Amino acid sequence: MFGNLSRNDWLLVLGFAIVVLVSPWTLTPFGAGYPALLQKFCIFGIFAMGFNILFGLTGYLSFGHAAFLGVGSYAAVWSFKLFTMNVIPAVIFGVLFAGIFAVVIGFVSLRRSGIYFSILTLAFAQMSYNLAYSVLTPITNGETGLQLTLQDPRIIDNAFITPGEGLPQTDLFGIPMNGYPGFYFCAVALIICFFLTLRIFRSPFGMMLRAIKSNQNRMRYTGFNTRPYLLTAFIISGMYAGLAGSLMAVTDPLAGAERMQWTASGEVVLMTILGGVGTLIGPILGAGVIKYFENIFSSFNDRILEQLFSFLPDAAREVAVWFTGLFVGEGWHLTLGVVFMLIVIFLPGGIMEGLQRIYNRLGGGSGPGAGAPDTAAAQPAE
Amino acid sequence: MSKLIFNRRGILKVGAAGGVALAAPMHFVKGAFAEDMSCNMPTGDTVTLGFNVPQSGPYADEGADELRAYQLAVKHLNGEGDGGMMNTFTSKALKGNGILGKKVAYVTGDTQTKSDAARDSAKRMIEKEGAVMITGGSSSGVAVAVQGLCQEMGIIFMAGLTHSNDTTGKDKKRYGFRHFFNAYQSGVALGPVLKEEYGTDRRAYHLTADYTWGWTQEESIKNTTEALGWETVATVRTPVGAGDYSQYITPVLNSGADVLILNHYGKDMVNSLTQAIQFGLKDKQVNGKNFEIIVPLFSRLMAKGAGDNIKGILGTTNWNWSLDDDASQAFVKSFGAEYGAPPSQAAHTCYVQTLLYADACERAGTFFAPKVIEALEDFEFDGMGNGPTLYRGADHQCMKSALVVKGNENKQSEYDLLKVVKVVDRETLTYDPAIFGGDLGPSDAKKC
Repeated sequence: MFGNLSRNDWLLVLGFAIVVLVSPWTLTPFGAGYPALLQKFCIFGIFAMGFNILFGLTGYLSFGHAAFLGVGSYAAVWSFKLFTMNVIPAVIFGVLFAGIFAVVIGFVSLRRSGIYFSILTLAFAQMSYNLAYSVLTPITNGETGLQLTLQDPRIIDNAFITPGEGLPQTDLFGIPMNGYPGFYFCAVALIICFFLTLRIFRSPFGMMLRAIKSNQNRMRYTGFNTRPYLLTAFIISGMYAGLAGSLMAVTDPLAGAERMQWTASGEVVLMTILGGVGTLIGPILGAGVIKYFENIFSSFNDRILEQLFSFLPDAAREVAVWFTGLFVGEGWHLTLGVVFMLIVIFLPGGIMEGLQRIYNRLGGGSGPGAGAPDTAAAQPAE
Repeated sequence: MSKLIFNRRGILKVGAAGGVALAAPMHFVKGAFAEDMSCNMPTGDTVTLGFNVPQSGPYADEGADELRAYQLAVKHLNGEGDGGMMNTFTSKALKGNGILGKKVAYVTGDTQTKSDAARDSAKRMIEKEGAVMITGGSSSGVAVAVQGLCQEMGIIFMAGLTHSNDTTGKDKKRYGFRHFFNAYQSGVALGPVLKEEYGTDRRAYHLTADYTWGWTQEESIKNTTEALGWETVATVRTPVGAGDYSQYITPVLNSGADVLILNHYGKDMVNSLTQAIQFGLKDKQVNGKNFEIIVPLFSRLMAKGAGDNIKGILGTTNWNWSLDDDASQAFVKSFGAEYGAPPSQAAHTCYVQTLLYADACERAGTFFAPKVIEALEDFEFDGMGNGPTLYRGADHQCMKSALVVKGNENKQSEYDLLKVVKVVDRETLTYDPAIFGGDLGPSDAKKC
């Protein structure tokens, strides 16, 4: 089981890759088959998966992961501005800078555990946000957000090609990275990240992280120094977030400070808990559900509701539109809150626990299924 | 640490998956487009417009009023209601049967007054819901961000309320159009009135919203006041949506300044002005003069939020419902009949923008974006509430009159909050588009 991957694991990777790559077709009936949202699914899937390596395996709840997302975005946009519109250097810079940032924040924050660790990370993220928002405006362009301009040096691009009219687009060796090609780039990144995560979950290193979660004191008594393991997990997790941030810049070359705000950090915690903490696929599902709700529910307006309830008599329709109107449009957070509460109360293991229960109910309960081999080990959030 | 061993089998599998992934986009590369197709050109019997307005955040009040105006505009375009300003508009291309015979439908999105969220919802409306035009926004940061996106995707963007010089200056785009006036014009309009009311020997202190609009307004107003002979004591940047301004207002008291200039908008302005009044700034005497507060960009919705605090405070506005020309009256009547309250300047500019887009499509005879852009550029019209107006082709900025207003000391009704001090004419407000730099970029149609 450790070290090398089992046959089931390979099937899992393959199945996952297929599900991700065909999602433009399968998600269209749900109104989610358009590139901007599909890109978001992949990007936040990576973000949540990386967060889960830290939170799910070690139990250390970071409340400041959005800082790495923001650093990744800014690094990527600067790469577009200074060097080239090719996305590969941008992604590399994003991951690298987020990694360096994670070393610094992790080195300080990991001296404490539990709530103190959470508060420290939150403080760092909020500091980064405020720096980006008002102090470091020459680097971040503050509230307006860092954007491409015609005056950017772009030294590598300009050395080889004469720029066309207007702003250039991000590209992968000539393939423009908006719309569906952008989605496939993110999808491939997601699949690679999934594969790496699986390797980490199945490795002795992953075992060590789980041991830290279950009893760190016992680990120390047996002579392990846990901090290097924790720091490594923190950095890997930060690099995943940096990758997600740089992909956001790849699909839309703009970086704003609000990406680093504490609400963004809270969102990834929600995604992970909603999907299932410590499970492989859970965080990706959680990310998908939240982004789906955000995009679909927030776009409903009263007119659409009126059409939906047009079969009701006038008085009843007004009440129905008013009531459901609270939960859609700008009130979609309310829907999210209700769903989150229901899941935490009735399914502490998140969506993955729900799937496992359905699977068991259907008579397959003798062993873990190929599609969800890790759910048996699901643990509720601590 | 785990050893990441890649055996031959593994690499083959990953390689195969990668190959599939790389090949897949080819399915989506559509065939060559016909010559005159641009993004989301309507093919059925309806045309979809995308209304991207703030429904939450510090500018939510403006956003709600903008949405009302858009809904009214759609009604009028489809021939329902009394037609509003379609009757006074000098171009008679619109017939009240939709646009080019297609019924107008719309989709909405929430910008949250955040660049990221605004681009997301604009993308959703373009990619999923097939909007042929995006309009709205109540923040210049958002307008600049969405305008950039629209240029990239080849979708026309009719900016809503955005007052930064950058929108049609440094960040102007071929696909972006602005009817609203800008900070530079506010400065030009305000200058003579300030001189008349407050003299030439003043010390000004700026509190500025920390983003593109605040920066350019601060710069424009500073240039104007310094040309009058005023001294600028300090310029302090405040974060958008700060809520509590006491820490910024306390230093004003001891700075020796006798004028406070609030470069804030929406709920930010309501909060900062209210707190400035609570700190007793208006009752103070500094350097032997009465302390004065100026809000360079004023709106009735803000005046309503700030209550009695706005009495006697000077500012500029794009349009006010109390104007008595036929067009303004027709619009106020039609808006009032629909919603029971007069429209704000944000509602006015959004309504006008929708009509101007529809009219340009009618005159071009097509929804093909480059042709519509051509129809809008250097278009001269009247009957939209601001007198004779030119959509300048060089920077896509409307050249028209603007108003200097004052918080009403004795109001007749709950809406009678702003008194028009002076209507500044178009000639005075016209400036050389080259002063802000920027480049419109190409207008070639994009596939999507």
